[in-house]
Amino acid sequence: MSKSINIRKGLDIRLEGESAKKIVVLPISKTICISPLDFHGLNPKLVVKEGDAVKAGDAIFFDKAHESVMYCTPASGVVKAIVRGEKRKILNILIETGSEQVYRQSDPINILNASNEEVKSIMLANGLWPLVKQRPLDVIADPNQTPKAIFVTGFDSAPLAPDFTFILKGKEKDLQAGLNALSKLTSGKVHLNINPTSAGAELTEMKGVEINKFSGKHPAGNVGTQIHHVDPINKGEFVWTLNAIDVAIIGQFFNTGKFDLSRIIALSGSEISTPQYYRTLPGTPIEQIVKGNVKEEHVRYISGNVLTGDRKQLNEYLGYYHNQVTVIPEGDQYKFFLTKGWLGLGFDKFSNSRLFPTFLMPKSKKFVLDTNTNGEERAFVVTGELDKVFPFDILPMQLVKAAITNDIDGMENLGIYEVAPEDFALCEYVCTTKIDIQDKIRQGLDVIAKECM
Amino acid sequence: MKFLENILHKMEPNFVKGGKYEKWNPLFETVATFAFTPKLVTTKGSHIRDGVDLKRTMMTVILAMVPCLIFGIYNTGHWEMVAAFGDRDLSYSVFAIDKFWNGLMIVLPLIVVSYGVGLGVEFIFGMLRGHSLHEGFLVSGMLIPLTMPADVPLWMVGVATAFAVIIGKEIFGGTGMNVVNVALTARAFLFFAYPTSMSGDKVWLAGTETDGVSGATALGDLATFMSDKPAFENLSGFNQEYSAWGAFSGMIPGSVGETSTLAILLGAGILIITGVGSLRIMASFFAGGLAMGLLLNAVGGNPYLDIPAYFHLIIGGFAFGAVFMATDPVSASQTANGKIIYGFLGGLLAILIRVLNPAYPEGVMLSILFMNISAPLIDYYVIQGNINKRLKRIKTA
Repeated sequence: MSKSINIRKGLDIRLEGESAKKIVVLPISKTICISPLDFHGLNPKLVVKEGDAVKAGDAIFFDKAHESVMYCTPASGVVKAIVRGEKRKILNILIETGSEQVYRQSDPINILNASNEEVKSIMLANGLWPLVKQRPLDVIADPNQTPKAIFVTGFDSAPLAPDFTFILKGKEKDLQAGLNALSKLTSGKVHLNINPTSAGAELTEMKGVEINKFSGKHPAGNVGTQIHHVDPINKGEFVWTLNAIDVAIIGQFFNTGKFDLSRIIALSGSEISTPQYYRTLPGTPIEQIVKGNVKEEHVRYISGNVLTGDRKQLNEYLGYYHNQVTVIPEGDQYKFFLTKGWLGLGFDKFSNSRLFPTFLMPKSKKFVLDTNTNGEERAFVVTGELDKVFPFDILPMQLVKAAITNDIDGMENLGIYEVAPEDFALCEYVCTTKIDIQDKIRQGLDVIAKECM
Repeated sequence: MKFLENILHKMEPNFVKGGKYEKWNPLFETVATFAFTPKLVTTKGSHIRDGVDLKRTMMTVILAMVPCLIFGIYNTGHWEMVAAFGDRDLSYSVFAIDKFWNGLMIVLPLIVVSYGVGLGVEFIFGMLRGHSLHEGFLVSGMLIPLTMPADVPLWMVGVATAFAVIIGKEIFGGTGMNVVNVALTARAFLFFAYPTSMSGDKVWLAGTETDGVSGATALGDLATFMSDKPAFENLSGFNQEYSAWGAFSGMIPGSVGETSTLAILLGAGILIITGVGSLRIMASFFAGGLAMGLLLNAVGGNPYLDIPAYFHLIIGGFAFGAVFMATDPVSASQTANGKIIYGFLGGLLAILIRVLNPAYPEGVMLSILFMNISAPLIDYYVIQGNINKRLKRIKTA
C-alpha cells in the first residue's frame, strides 16, 4: 500500500537566494578532486599512483573493509597528486583533466534480463555502489547485507534545495532503469517518496515501485523521515537509501554503459548575485562554480545545504553527494545586545521559538541568515523545543544525551538505528544550547558501529 | 556602539590566557557577552542557527514577572499603610504613588540582596570552573524576592539565597543541572530554618509588631477552620474579609509577588505566547488543583472543605507556583506526556497539603518540590513507554 503522509512537525527555514530555473553548463575543471573524506568511515586503499592516466569510470581506490566496493573517478586525465595529511591519511586525490573527457566504455545492459547478482557486481565494479547508503549508521551500504527495503527520496525539502523535478527533466528512462536495478537488490519493496505538489510526471509515473506521498514541512524530504513513517527500522534490520538524482545516474550507466557522474547543482544563497543551476562534476573547485557571482568577500561557501553541508574554502571542492552549493554571509561580528544582539527587537532573526517578532511575519517573507551562533553553548535547559521539529516517534533530547554520554543501551533503546545525523539538523538549528547535535549523533553512531554491528 | 566595542577589544588581551588578569576572565566574558552577542560562528553541522539563546529566554521570563513585581510592590506598600494606620479601610484613601514608593522601599532591598548574594556565589563558582555566568540565576534572583513575605529580615534572604545557589544548584553542576527549583529551595530553607519568620500572623504585613490589625493571610485564616478556634464563624464571614475579586486582583496580604492572580495571568500570557513556559504544565497544574478542590467539596464537613474549588486557585501561592515555579524546565518533567502528569499531580498535591495538613498553611511550595523530585521517575516511565513501543514493533513484525 502506498502511503500519503503530511509532516506537521518540522520547520521550513525561509532563506533568500533561491536558484532560478536556468542551467549553465560549466566546462570541465582543470583539476577534479576525489576525497575519501566524503565517505564517512571509509578506509581507502589506492589502486592508482601519481602520474597514472585514468579514464572517467576507472577505479581510484577501494574500501579496505569491503574490497568489492570500487570508487571511480568522474573525470579522465592524469593523477596529479595524492594529498596526505598527518599520519599519511589520504585527504584528496587530484586528477588533472585533459582537453576532452574520455570514458571507460562498457556495453549497455538490459536490467530486466540481468540476474540479481549481475546487477550488484556491475554496480560494485563500476563505481555506482557508493551512491547507495544504508541505515542504520548512514554509511555506504554493506554489499553483503540484504536490505528489507530500499528508499528513494524524490525531493529535497531543505532550505534552498534544488528542485528534483527540474533536474530530472528528460531523465525518465534513466530513473526507471535505476529503480529497476535497485529492485534487483532487495527482496522487499523499493519505495519512491515524492512530494505531491512539486513532483512531475518524471517521478509519478515510475513503474515497479511503491510511490508514497510526503507533504508538509522539512524534513519531509529526508529519507530518514520517510522510512520512519512507511516502514521503520528495527534492530538488526537494514534499509538502503538513495535520492532520485543518484538513481538516475545509476540508470544512465545501465542504459549507456558510460560512468557519467555529472550533476545539475543549484547555486543558491543570499550572497549569490544570480542564483541558478549549473551542470558540473563532483570534485570541481568551488571557485569555478561561484566565479564572478558572489556579492561579498566575507562569506561562507557550503557544499550542500545550510543545514547539513560541508564548509569549504574557495580552493576546495564540491562534495561527492552534493546537489547544491550555498553561499551565506559569515557572522563573525560582535552584535550590540540592544540592536542586533540577543536583546534586540530581532526583525532579522528567524526563529522557531516565538521570542522574535518574525513569527508574526507572512510566510512569503525571506531571511538573510549568517553563520553566527547567536549565543554561547549552554547546558540543556529548555525542554520540548527539539520535539517540535523532529517528526519521529523518538525522544530527541534523550537520544542526544545518550549519544553524548556514550550510553550504548540508551541509544539502542531510544532508536539510534533509525536516525542519521541529517535527521537532527533541524534540532541542531533550533536548540538553545548551541550544541553541535549532528556531530554528537555521528559520534554515537560511530560507537554503535564499533560495538554493536 | 563601536566605541564600546573598541574598549572591549582593548581590554581583551588582559583577560585571555596568559594575560595580566587571566583569572578574571569569567567576569570579563560575562560583561562582554552581555553587551555584545559574541562573534562565535558555526564550525560543525548546521551552518545557521536559530536566533534564540538562553539569555533571551531567561530575559523573557523576567519580563513575564514584571506585572507581578509591580503589583507586588504596590500591594506591599498598601498593607504597610494598613499596618501603620491600624485600619484596613483607611489606607484605601492614600495615593497609589505613595503606596508604590513605600512598597519599593521594602521590596527593592529584597531584590538587591537576592541578586547580590546569588550572583556573587555564581561568580565564585564560575571563576573556579572557568566559565562565564550562566543565565539561570537571572530568573531565580527575581523569583526569590517575589516568594518572600514583606517583613522577612534581609540577612535571612541572603542566607537562603546562598544556600539555594550552592546546595540547590552549583553542587550539581550549575545552570541546567539542578534537581529542584532553586527559588523554591531558598524559600523552603527559610520555611524550615526560620519558621517564625515565614508563616503565622506576624510576617505578612511590614511592621506589624505594634499594631492591632490581624496580619494573617487568607490561607492562615482558612486554616483556622481546621482547628478549634476558627477566625470566622463561617464561610460568609471569611468572604467579607476576602472576596473572590479581592483575591483575584490581589489586594490581600501575602508574599510579595503571589497575591494577584491577574498579574500572574498576564505573566502566564507572555510565557505561553512566547512558548517559554509550558502550557501543558500550567494547564494541568490548574486542572489538578481544581480537581482536588472539587473532591474536597464532595467530602465536605467544615467551611475549609466546602470553600468553592476555584477559590483555591486564586488564593495563596497556587497561581504563582503553577506559572513560574512548576514550569521551570530543568526541574520539571522533560517529556511532553510527563509534563501533563507532573502538572496535574502537582496541583492535586498542593491543595491536598494546603487543606489537610495543619502544619503547612501553604502546600504549593512543598508540592512542587516533591514533584521536582518525582519528575525523573515520571520521565522514566514515559521514556520506557516510548522504548516499549519500539520493542513491540520488533515482536509484531
